[in-house]
Amino acid sequence: MEPQALFDAVKAKFGDAALELQVTGFRPAFVVVAPASIADIARFLRDDPAMRFDSLMCLSGVDYKDRFAVACHLYSMRHRHAIGLKAYLPKENPLLPSMDAVWPAANFMERETYDLFGIVFEGSKDLRRILLPEDWEGHPLRKDYKYPDFYHGIKV
Amino acid sequence: MSREPAQGAVVPPPAPGSLGPEAHVMVGNADMFVNWSRKSSLWYLLFATACCGIELMQTGASRYDLDRFGAVFRASPRQSDLMIVAGTVTHKMAERLKRLYDQMPDPKFVISMGSCANTGGPFYKDSYCVVKGVDLLVPVDVYVPGCPPRPEALIDGILQLQKIIEKKRNFAKKV
Repeated sequence: MEPQALFDAVKAKFGDAALELQVTGFRPAFVVVAPASIADIARFLRDDPAMRFDSLMCLSGVDYKDRFAVACHLYSMRHRHAIGLKAYLPKENPLLPSMDAVWPAANFMERETYDLFGIVFEGSKDLRRILLPEDWEGHPLRKDYKYPDFYHGIKV
Repeated sequence: MSREPAQGAVVPPPAPGSLGPEAHVMVGNADMFVNWSRKSSLWYLLFATACCGIELMQTGASRYDLDRFGAVFRASPRQSDLMIVAGTVTHKMAERLKRLYDQMPDPKFVISMGSCANTGGPFYKDSYCVVKGVDLLVPVDVYVPGCPPRPEALIDGILQLQKIIEKKRNFAKKV
């Protein structure tokens, strides 16, 4: 399915929750959605017979300095087409519904995004730090992150 | 092992007080003996955290055969004399490394293998998670440079460590 037709299908189903289609830049094209409805849209993309996005290839965070984004890359093994799913989040208190009920693989990637960007996934099965130590302070991939001088008495 | 004299060779008679040609007597001091046995059985702890670990495996395998120098790998710190830190050490790993080092019985030695373990290497600048040199955590005896070091370099590091061990004074104070 072409990105424009896919975006129209999402738009027809969810109305204003589908915000725009970004076709320039990175491939595949990104469907930008409202953060509150991303889990519902993800479930629709997985279950609809014409979509069947059964594979979550990647889920990552982006820091645009004035706002955050969470970008997912989806692929359909059945139809062999790909699409991106993106949601922009505010700088203060970024919250996003968790998608690990849709794709169980989302859990680890959401944990990584939480670990490095501090984006909280509501309703997640298990949201803990995954790479950094449990008692690490801050989220290092944020642009405004300040390195600590010492960690457990060792110079950083 | 018996050594038969060659045909027609003149065998000198044993000197007075000698135990004969078959006797093997080694004379030395205790330090020399202890150091010799320590340097000849350097069992190293497997601590491979990055690509240097591949070179470490290669060094231990049949082509370079670290076993020639008495160094074989152990999977337990309780049976190890030497820790070869092969690879990048992160702050999360640092506590585990320190703990493993503390679990090793004395005397223990550390070889820092590769740029990451020496100084942090390519992660020296602008890394929040990599320890800038393993000598911030444990005392290091030999630094092996390289990224990663070739097996020959690591073997040279082991030989340097053997030289260090040879010079140790365990019983007598150095004059």
